[in-house]
Amino acid sequence: MSQVLHGPHTHTQNHLSQMMFQVLLALTPVTLYAFWLYGWPAFYLWLVCIGSSLFWEAVFLRLFGKPVARHLLDGSALVTGWLLALCLPPWAPWWLACLGSFLAVAMIKQIFGGLGQNVFNPAMAARVMLLIAFPVEMTRWIDPSHLGEARIDWQTALQVTFAPKSSAVEALVNDGYTGATLLDGMKQHVAQGGLVSDGLIHFDYHLWSGFGGYQAGSLGETSALLILLGGLFLLWRQVITWQAPAGLLLGVALPAFLLHLAQPESYPPATLHLLSGGTFLAAFFIVTDPVTGPNTALGRFIFGLGCGLLAWVIRTFGNYPEGMAFAVMLMNAAVPVIDRYIRPRVYGRRASGEPLPIDEKSSGGQS
Amino acid sequence: MLIPMGYQGVHPPSHKSLTEGSKIRRFPLPNALYLSLQQHLGAPATPLVKPGDRVRKGQKIADSQGAVSAPVHAPTSGEIIALSEHTAPHPSGLPVLTLTLAPDGMDEWIDPPESLDPFTLCPESLCQRVGEAGIVGMGGATFPAAVKLLGSLKAGVKTLILNGGECEPYLTCDDRLMQEYPEQILQGALLMQQAVQAKQVLIGIEDNKPQAIQAMQAAAKGSGIEVRAVPSRYPMGSEKLLVQQLTGIELPARSRAADSGILVHNVATARAIYQALFENRPLISRVVTLSGGALTHPGNWEVPLGTLASDLINYASGFNEAPVRLIMGGPMMGIQLPDLHVPIIKGSSGILALTPAEINANEPQPCVRCTRCVRACPMGLLPLEMAARIRSGQLKEAETLGLQDCVGCGACSYTCPSALPLVHLFNYAKGALGKRRQEAEKMERTRELAKRREARLIQQAKEKEALMAARRAAAAKKAAEAQNEASSS
Repeated sequence: MSQVLHGPHTHTQNHLSQMMFQVLLALTPVTLYAFWLYGWPAFYLWLVCIGSSLFWEAVFLRLFGKPVARHLLDGSALVTGWLLALCLPPWAPWWLACLGSFLAVAMIKQIFGGLGQNVFNPAMAARVMLLIAFPVEMTRWIDPSHLGEARIDWQTALQVTFAPKSSAVEALVNDGYTGATLLDGMKQHVAQGGLVSDGLIHFDYHLWSGFGGYQAGSLGETSALLILLGGLFLLWRQVITWQAPAGLLLGVALPAFLLHLAQPESYPPATLHLLSGGTFLAAFFIVTDPVTGPNTALGRFIFGLGCGLLAWVIRTFGNYPEGMAFAVMLMNAAVPVIDRYIRPRVYGRRASGEPLPIDEKSSGGQS
Repeated sequence: MLIPMGYQGVHPPSHKSLTEGSKIRRFPLPNALYLSLQQHLGAPATPLVKPGDRVRKGQKIADSQGAVSAPVHAPTSGEIIALSEHTAPHPSGLPVLTLTLAPDGMDEWIDPPESLDPFTLCPESLCQRVGEAGIVGMGGATFPAAVKLLGSLKAGVKTLILNGGECEPYLTCDDRLMQEYPEQILQGALLMQQAVQAKQVLIGIEDNKPQAIQAMQAAAKGSGIEVRAVPSRYPMGSEKLLVQQLTGIELPARSRAADSGILVHNVATARAIYQALFENRPLISRVVTLSGGALTHPGNWEVPLGTLASDLINYASGFNEAPVRLIMGGPMMGIQLPDLHVPIIKGSSGILALTPAEINANEPQPCVRCTRCVRACPMGLLPLEMAARIRSGQLKEAETLGLQDCVGCGACSYTCPSALPLVHLFNYAKGALGKRRQEAEKMERTRELAKRREARLIQQAKEKEALMAARRAAAAKKAAEAQNEASSS
């Protein structure tokens, strides 16, 4: 006799690996754009991130006695590695990428029990650890306006990624290829008593430069427009829901807008906060990570709102010009609390769990 | 939606086009009918005939037993050749007591009772006649219809709802019934309305059945019965959701629909009631949807109860390819059949033979908390959290999360991208909790009995003591008297 199986006897075509590959597809435009913007080193860095992520995933799956091939093919390590690449400075050395993917895949994910068990977003947690441990390498941003004039060829680019201490690379870096990110530059500008409006002119900031992403930053801090495109694709495919992104964007924009309104020369406008830094990447690809987010719609909105607010607070009052990774980690830690207090109301019950009272009027009352 | 109860439902591919255009055809009599005595929820029926007896069509061959039960009638005339155990249409494949009837081909009816207009009957005798006809809920739950009607009459329901949702994929038997016999369904509904004295009758039909809606609306014109289209999404045909959709009333947890003044019956049940009361035809056949990708000729058949699924498929269709799973009912909540050697019973709405592509079963993967199950759950539960608790053995915690409110519709398992067997886990947990509760009750009863025994023993000892004391006193008195006598004499 065959094994007894419960219903349903039909299942959706939408499998885990398909969800993962749709995420990768959504990340492709902004990644390709970043390759073009920052040149070959960005591409090599991406390769190293993905390769090492898969490597660490395989090693640790093996170590924990799980079926390696099946779990590798679910695509989760690929997504982690890819997102990590988007969180790193484009000219970061190879060992930084390797270490980062080790932290993300092994320390944050596998040691906590593998896919679905991690408390913190792997890419964000790895970025935070790297930023604290290697502040110099993690803040060496490339200014694409310099690159535009003299692109480096792929051989030199190999040196940038794999031999960062070589004299040729040192020369390149000292040659003015590096620059501050917009958020960093603006923060220092304001801290030195400069006016926001002067800063905007000085950094040549306007709405389209934010959307187009022609600025210094991580691979994923470039074009808000392309990230938005990917995010809309994921929304359309129902891979993500809108609550967390909406919460995050609102959380960043609302305080920025209000303070800019009150003191326009001390606080940068909301658009600058929204369109620079990792705001859009976080909104559509980081806080929408199902594993480390709350499980209800309202919970996800609160989670996103918290991430946005914290990021703005860190950006504005903290020591770091970009606070998204810290904000996400803090809110990740708060997810169990959110899930504890925000639960859907069960059909036929009050929010407290008591059954609804029977409406005497609706029944005939003959009994 | 931001509000906590953001139920979206699921939309599994309906596959109804396989059979929705196929008219109901009468299935010829097979060589043998296997009439299970347990075709309903409740106590099995007691046989009234023995092997060797000749029975006529419509004759009662097994009677209901106990408060919740239903009789069984002979689908045709012939000889009872066996009263034995036969595989039941249940995934366990366990046998139940079954009468085997060899048709004689004459299809000879019992003598009809005197005809009378059923609308002149009082509610109680209407209910009784429905019970006599062996009618059960034909949507699949197979709860005896008369018991439900009588309960609703006593509770005093206001609204009768006919469920024409048929939200299960593949199944089109109710759709075809509504298209082909709308008058009969309507008359059945009016009879039920009279039986429970309802003020209002609503018929809810999913909007993916426009022809059925049209036919029912045409039939209902002037009768005061309202036919309404409801959105097509699984599980719209579940009682709680249909009631909420049609009346706006949310049935309180742990209560019956009748407590809120509502009675829900399937459209096929309404037709069976019409046939029983107007045509004196007890429930001896039903419409079955034969479908699935593995079959050559899917279709709808009016099948005599007791026909083997194998006979049905062999005559009506055949296999394109070997099916990987046989199902009685729909693919979402239907039960897996151990093999095809099982009879059609009163609750068999469909026989499906599915291909691997249709089932699309995958190896379970870890839960990534994507919360599709939360969005799919019509009851507003957190399937992922309940499953996590059950997997780590915390059944009580799963229960506090609302396990007992789960209706087992399978929307969560259907939509899970990690292919987790969520319904399986919930059914297991419900079973295990029920068993625990039973054991606890048994312990409590045993303790109670032991306590009573102890009290009884003490009481007995006391009584014995008292008796002894009385006897001693009597003896002493007697001795004293004797002494007195002796001394006085």
